[in-house]
Amino acid sequence: MRKGMFYGLLFTAPAILGFAVFTLGPMIASLVLSLTDYNVFKEQTSFIGLDHYIRLFSGGDELFYQSLGATFYFVVLRVPAVIILSFAIALLLNLNVKGRAIFRTIIYLPSIVPAVASAMIWMWLLNPDLGLINSLLSRLHLPTSGWLYSEESVIPSVVLTTLWGIGSTVIIFLAGLSGIPRQYYEAIEVDGGGWLHRLRHVTIPMVTPTIFFNTIMTIIGSFQVFNEAYILTQGGPNNKSLFYVFYLWRTGFRDADMGYASALAWILFVIILFFTFIVFRTSKSWVYYEGGERS
Amino acid sequence: MFIIPFVWLIRSSLMNLSQIFTMPPEWIPAPFQWSNFQRALTALPFDTFFKNTLIIVVTVLAGTVITSTIGAFGFSRIQWKGRDTVFAILMTSMMLPAAVTMIPSFLGWQALGFYDTLYPLIIPAYFGGGIFNIFLLRQFYLTIPRDFDEAAFVDGASYWQIYTRIIFPLSRSAVIVVALFSFLASWNDFMGPLIYLKSDSLFTLALGLQMFQGSYTAQWDLLMAASATVVLPCVIVFLAGQRYFLEGITLTGLKG
Repeated sequence: MRKGMFYGLLFTAPAILGFAVFTLGPMIASLVLSLTDYNVFKEQTSFIGLDHYIRLFSGGDELFYQSLGATFYFVVLRVPAVIILSFAIALLLNLNVKGRAIFRTIIYLPSIVPAVASAMIWMWLLNPDLGLINSLLSRLHLPTSGWLYSEESVIPSVVLTTLWGIGSTVIIFLAGLSGIPRQYYEAIEVDGGGWLHRLRHVTIPMVTPTIFFNTIMTIIGSFQVFNEAYILTQGGPNNKSLFYVFYLWRTGFRDADMGYASALAWILFVIILFFTFIVFRTSKSWVYYEGGERS
Repeated sequence: MFIIPFVWLIRSSLMNLSQIFTMPPEWIPAPFQWSNFQRALTALPFDTFFKNTLIIVVTVLAGTVITSTIGAFGFSRIQWKGRDTVFAILMTSMMLPAAVTMIPSFLGWQALGFYDTLYPLIIPAYFGGGIFNIFLLRQFYLTIPRDFDEAAFVDGASYWQIYTRIIFPLSRSAVIVVALFSFLASWNDFMGPLIYLKSDSLFTLALGLQMFQGSYTAQWDLLMAASATVVLPCVIVFLAGQRYFLEGITLTGLKG
């Protein structure tokens, strides 16, 4: 590597410019916008200070709390499910079995199906009257469910549909697993430790940086759930799946209330930042870096 | 379990309505209703949707590959003051919910007169191609021995020559990973077209499919045929590239 301020900046200029124009600029603009009553349908826009935020936090907007609640419920259900399931699948796929490349492809396959197409497949599978899942359940004399159409089961059902797309999380876990040095396992085998012993004392500690990375990414992604609300449920039934970003999209793009929607966006940003920060803080006690430093 | 919905989709796209809902489910269409595809694809202007999607995917792919590889080169093979700080700042855009920048970006494109055109979906790819891609490539570039470019320097090569003759060819598999990610992301992008496009004549496949759902709710056979048509190219591209895909991620993983 040679020094070269000029060339360094030249090569990275598109990325730096892109960040300034497409991230930093809109971020600041969004903050400013959230302090105005900008609405496409209104003639004048005026500066209203913290009014939007005051309205949101003083309980003036029921749907805000509804969407926060739905989103938290979704995040709480989905994050552990994604992490545990994809870790378990990665462990299985990491075993030295024949045809493991095929299994890896199959697991990844759903991630490449367009969200709209996979949502449609699920809408149909979960259809209470015609869907495959209810028909199978009733044939087995098991209780059926309203799935996406009932208030109690709509969010767990949406979580279920998103679990189909955990392929990329599994792949990242696999990358982490394949990075564990073989000697550690051999040392345990010499001591006569079994499968569970290896998992607890080698695999899990060594893979904590990957668990950490995937947890952060899954939290960020889950808070921003949108496609499913838009395609599967339209926020229903009775606003029970009115996810935050869907509500935000509706406020900004359907009702054209851009100022208010910007305030909603900033609240979400702060919430995500807060949870990311919490996970970062606790990570010191449970994430193990082999070099003794943060990677 | 992961493949059942897939098989379900394909077999349903080749059945008539009554066979789709037969209980217990049948897995082999009898007879194969190839006409579903023809009917589904003529019900809406899918050829236009396909053309629009192709324009976006190809131009985005080119922009992403060009600017993310040179960006990653600048963040790994050239040493300059403040490089790692700048990179860390850029990484924060991965943490930022898209929702925060969505509205000002929309207003900005609208002010430029680009609302209801394909430009807002294409141009950003020419500005770095996404920090995730740069990060992935940078991890890979960092594993290439330093002696390679030092030797080239001694022979009088420029940074540009080192990038085009040494680093880019050596990182082909990582570039294929980025190209695949980019293809799949823009082929499947739903929210972008939903926000920026208004005219049916500019709609993409992902958007057209959703339109289909609204107007043909009862015609599951056609819906499934249309969905299968949209999914198939993705599967083909993935199968063609998956060797590099899985290998590439394992190599560049989270190490380094």
